[in-house]
Amino acid sequence: MSTAGAPAPAPAPADRSQRRVRLADVAERAALPVAWIATIVAFSIAEPDTFPTTDNFFINIFGTQAVQVVLALALIPPLVAGEYDISVAANLTLAAMIVAVLNVDHGTSIGLAILVALAVGALIGAINGGLIVLLGIDSFIVTLGTSSIIAGVVLWLSESRTIGGISSDLVDAVIIDQFLGVPLAFWYALALAAVLFYVLEFTPIGRRLLFVGRGRSVARLSGLHVARLRWGAMIASGVIAAGAGVIYAGTTGSADPSSGLQFLLPAFSAAFLGATAIQPGRFNPFGAVAAVYFLATGITGLQQLGVDPFVQQLFYGGALVLAVALSQLVRRRRAIELTPTE
Amino acid sequence: MHGLLGENGSGKSTLIKILAGFHAPDDGELEIAGQPVPLPLPPGLFREFGIGFVHQDLALILSLTVVENLRAGLITRARRRPFLSWRAEARRARATFARYGVRISPTAIVGELRPADRALLAIVRAIEDVRDEHEGPGMLVLDEPTVFLPRAEVEHLFALIREITATGGSVLFVSHELDEVRQITDRVTVLRDGRVAGTAVTADTDESRLVEMIIGRRLATYVVERRDRTDHARAASVRDLTGPGVLGVSFDVQQGEVVGLTGLAGSGFESVPYLLCGAWRAQEGRLVMDGRERDLTGLDPHRALNAGIALIPADRQRSGAVGSLSVTDNVTLPRLPAYRRAGVLRRGAMHRDTGGLMGRFDVRPGDPRAEYGGLSGGNQQKALLAKWLSSSPRLVLFHEPTQGVDVGARQQIYATMRAAAEAGACMLCASSDHGQLEQICDRVLVFGRGRITSELSGDDVTRERITERCYAAAVVPVPE
Repeated sequence: MSTAGAPAPAPAPADRSQRRVRLADVAERAALPVAWIATIVAFSIAEPDTFPTTDNFFINIFGTQAVQVVLALALIPPLVAGEYDISVAANLTLAAMIVAVLNVDHGTSIGLAILVALAVGALIGAINGGLIVLLGIDSFIVTLGTSSIIAGVVLWLSESRTIGGISSDLVDAVIIDQFLGVPLAFWYALALAAVLFYVLEFTPIGRRLLFVGRGRSVARLSGLHVARLRWGAMIASGVIAAGAGVIYAGTTGSADPSSGLQFLLPAFSAAFLGATAIQPGRFNPFGAVAAVYFLATGITGLQQLGVDPFVQQLFYGGALVLAVALSQLVRRRRAIELTPTE
Repeated sequence: MHGLLGENGSGKSTLIKILAGFHAPDDGELEIAGQPVPLPLPPGLFREFGIGFVHQDLALILSLTVVENLRAGLITRARRRPFLSWRAEARRARATFARYGVRISPTAIVGELRPADRALLAIVRAIEDVRDEHEGPGMLVLDEPTVFLPRAEVEHLFALIREITATGGSVLFVSHELDEVRQITDRVTVLRDGRVAGTAVTADTDESRLVEMIIGRRLATYVVERRDRTDHARAASVRDLTGPGVLGVSFDVQQGEVVGLTGLAGSGFESVPYLLCGAWRAQEGRLVMDGRERDLTGLDPHRALNAGIALIPADRQRSGAVGSLSVTDNVTLPRLPAYRRAGVLRRGAMHRDTGGLMGRFDVRPGDPRAEYGGLSGGNQQKALLAKWLSSSPRLVLFHEPTQGVDVGARQQIYATMRAAAEAGACMLCASSDHGQLEQICDRVLVFGRGRITSELSGDDVTRERITERCYAAAVVPVPE
């Protein structure tokens, strides 16, 4: 093998300017979690009697938002691979409805009902991925289409009813039982984030997915199975979205054919806002978790201050636009810093 | 009709970009029709001076119709006309085409036109844009418009160009194809190393004189020890390779040998690396290596990698590496499974190994955690060499290995390539830099119209001979 030239010098010791860069870096990573804590403090001062209570905080915000967290996490694998999955919310609704129909209408055991729901989620992901990879259709269009198809199937399956009375085993396991005073749903979401983080950071698949999303041509020429990886990301998204549906069914103890769709926009807001934190410039699971809780805390606080419900829509929509704008700024600033100097 | 000739890097493109307003010149004056024009020209101002450009890629939108493309300039410059009547535009287009003797349907989709018709359309559009903005016939700059055209089609183009000059317009014709230049131009100017090497009346200048003007009389200052390696075991044999740009090409690369592939733009030599690693699909062809015969039509980059074939592409930004990820991420990508233990990637070992490679290949600064995009062009390329050569591939394919690389790093890259060959790899280097080929290659295969037209080895591997053969390849009639 070659030995070209002299060995490279050891990395220069961190001088003052480098230290400043590193500090700015830490500030950037921590901006979102810090903003979240600031929001909590602000609302606690404004609403000292209702906001910082355990019921409100640990059960309402931490517990019920778990569905939102899991759905945002469902978006991470396709986004890392450079694909959109708009069908996650429809997928969530379908999974909740499958659990309800099987468990309530047909008396199927809750465990089996959950397995079926997850399997259907995987199937939908596989169909999305197949259309994207085999036919070369844009993922945005494919999942927009399948989203509408799934919504139709949900209406047909449920005969447009809201089905209540899902087994209390599921409800207990999701929202009633607690660990460290927080409903288990929160811990499920956190565990999922940890698994995703591990897969993306510490397995070959995660690294490869990153290259597929950032430089498809590089990935292909480096011998990666680009089509398989994109397909796999869509399947993962389908399964996780179905998992969000199962948690949703457990949170409310029921399933209805439409309310799941409200989770779509906040999920995208959180995924994009999360990409500006923890690992800036990268779609990352813990960033998404922090973003969901930041947004939810803001909205809950505003509602308790007596702000009209429409503010929620403004908040999530505004957050999405702002998040995308921020991540563009981060990217552009980095691009300037990284201009090669010959 | 004025021809502009010169080797790659002689300054043709820069000159044209100054006229188009892309580049600001350091110094100099420009006169148009006797009037001094202030430099630098603001981008787009060339229209007001009656200059139109047709670039190599033609700048057509393939999915739109002929008339939509023809009037693209009008639409983007949005006159005070709120509505467009496409029927009237189509009628005008038909009249325009008739005037130039061009037979194209205004309502056809450009992507479905023949390549020659696309070129005609681009030229007609440039003339019309000039006429729109400027009184009088103006000047048209044609930057290698014939590169992608089959021989027979070029005639149509020339008929149109003669039509332009007959109506009083002038044309600056940039081309590599000497016979075309000789056929159509009145005078030629040759650029060499950024200076005018001479201007001559075409009719008084023969082919060999033109080639001499293009190459100049430079002495090769550095000679590598070239070896005849035919007694080695054959390491890689390419047979009947046919695909985009190449027609039934066969050649061998011996173990330890660096073989150069070259030719003029469009001659097909650039396709070979991409076809041999499965990045592009071959229509036909076999590769015999290590006693195994592989069908190139079924090759993809994954299989190529397993067979020990590595590609270092010219387009570093898009195909070589991802700038926003770290050097470690980029360099270890093809070998990730080697770093997996109990399901976890050993990040520490990845950084350590990459750091070691960066030292060996002299990538600076040597921080494996740094973003790849932050490295200079030369260091980026050295990091790519580390990515591919560290797994000791059997056949290494290069395309323009020193594009965008500073002079110092070039020599290091050459040394690395030679060293990898000595270590037993077969090296194939597709390049249009003839000086580079002289420096690193044992043999050079010259391409013309998709075939190998000549082979240079030993003392014949000189910049002058290579350039000469490249131009000869474009002139020599190839049996159909």
